[in-house]
Amino acid sequence: MIRFRNVTKHYPRSGNALEDISFHIRKGEFAFLIGPSGAGKTTALRLVHMETAPTGGEVTVSRYSSSRIRRREIPQLRRRVGFVFQDFRLLERLTAAENIAFALQATGAPRAEIRPKVMRLLGHVGLASRAKAYPGELSGGERQRVAIARALATDPLVLLADEPTGNLDERASIGVFELFRQLNALGTAVILATHDTTLLRRSPETRVLELESGRLVYDSASDAAARPARPSAGASPIFEFVADAADAPGRSETRQAGPEGPGGSAP
Amino acid sequence: MRPFREALVSLIRRPVLATLSVTAIGLSLFIVGLFGLTAHNISRALASVEEKVEIVAYLTDEIGEDQLRLVRTEIGAYPEVASVEYVSKTEALYNASRELTEFSDVFPDLEINPLPASLEIRLRPGHRTPGAVQEVAARLGSYEFVDDVRFGREWVDRIHTLRRIAGGTALVLGGSFAIVAMLLVGTTVRMSIHARSTEIAIMENVGATSGFIQRPFLVEGLISGVLGGLLAWALTYVAYRLLDRAVFAVLWLPDPWILAGILAGGILGMVAAQRSVRRELRNLYAI
Repeated sequence: MIRFRNVTKHYPRSGNALEDISFHIRKGEFAFLIGPSGAGKTTALRLVHMETAPTGGEVTVSRYSSSRIRRREIPQLRRRVGFVFQDFRLLERLTAAENIAFALQATGAPRAEIRPKVMRLLGHVGLASRAKAYPGELSGGERQRVAIARALATDPLVLLADEPTGNLDERASIGVFELFRQLNALGTAVILATHDTTLLRRSPETRVLELESGRLVYDSASDAAARPARPSAGASPIFEFVADAADAPGRSETRQAGPEGPGGSAP
Repeated sequence: MRPFREALVSLIRRPVLATLSVTAIGLSLFIVGLFGLTAHNISRALASVEEKVEIVAYLTDEIGEDQLRLVRTEIGAYPEVASVEYVSKTEALYNASRELTEFSDVFPDLEINPLPASLEIRLRPGHRTPGAVQEVAARLGSYEFVDDVRFGREWVDRIHTLRRIAGGTALVLGGSFAIVAMLLVGTTVRMSIHARSTEIAIMENVGATSGFIQRPFLVEGLISGVLGGLLAWALTYVAYRLLDRAVFAVLWLPDPWILAGILAGGILGMVAAQRSVRRELRNLYAI
């Protein structure tokens, strides 16, 4: 459903953000996109969302291709691809319900459908009782749930989440992550870009794509068979986690080896 | 309804800037209105002068009656000509003695009549322009029995030039003001876009069409423009009343002109808004 074919993204000022990346994410799949800051995770997500076009190669999302998509088709694509940000991006002057309704209005949903759909979405993310609360009155985790509900408003095929737990404490992070897993179980594909290795440990069977300096250095779907079960010294530190996590899920001491996210959640 | 509501809210939130851009549009159209008023009044004056435009072809004394009849019929058949009036030598002398009273003593003593017979030719409306008058005069001059052709050419020329100057000045001054007005409307709209950049980013993010996103800003430009047009109308009307009372009788503008002015304001505002919206949205969310 999402395919990167030899994708290169070059920014005129800052240089190459992605270098010859290829991978495929199937319908309903869950994948982690990991790597240190500046590795190209956000660029990869923005390419899926077609906020920017690749310099080389091709990104295809459902029936849309980065090399053929027309400007006026982009809104249609974005309705099929939900986006969740680290900083939530909620409108402070609107309540939780209104923030979700805003997305429905903006995409031309019939007036009569908006209210019931907003209530259903709030129910999905476990916030049915907080419909009338303003973002300022919600906890970080709750705000992110509202943002997720908003991203789901257009019934997307895939949710892209860029460091969705970056501003949350561990408990809230786990709650939000579990929500993504539930949504995924209901059929929505999820690509979750994160620094947060706690999440990887909670879900060792999940596919992992690791970026480093713009290159795809590890893809658990294609590399797992080729790599030894326990990598030797010098292998990707993230790979070590995954391997560790597979051996002993929940071992918290492995966390310290991971890179810290911005405002990372201290245990 | 949504674009109108949002546009009004946005204008009300930035009253100073909104007032500035409405005033700028108002002033630019006011300039156009003033010169429009001038041009309109000159046009009316010109029309009444043009009605009086007549060409006089003075005939030589040698012309015979048959030739005169022939020439009159021929000239009367010109598409530009409304009427041909023959003034005989006797009539000319009579007219002269009546009009030039200071010479009334001289006329009866004349042994020969020095005044030539003439044809007074009036043109149809639409053929009273300097070009047409000159053309007919030239054709008349080519007749063998026509000695001289006279018409109020300088006057017609001068009034036409005056109207052109008024029109040109309105265009140049109004145009300059219109550019300033467009820049101001553009700035107002740009501020509105910046004030709502988070909202716009979210709309883009969830897949709102660009039409949906741009419409409130275009309506904002339209509202500023129409308000500016109304302001210009009010200012022009005040100027008209002052002129009419203090200086001389002036004619007010025809209704279609006023409507066109207000419409021009709306279009001006919308075009300015569109330019800003396109540029700002590209910057905000580049692809």
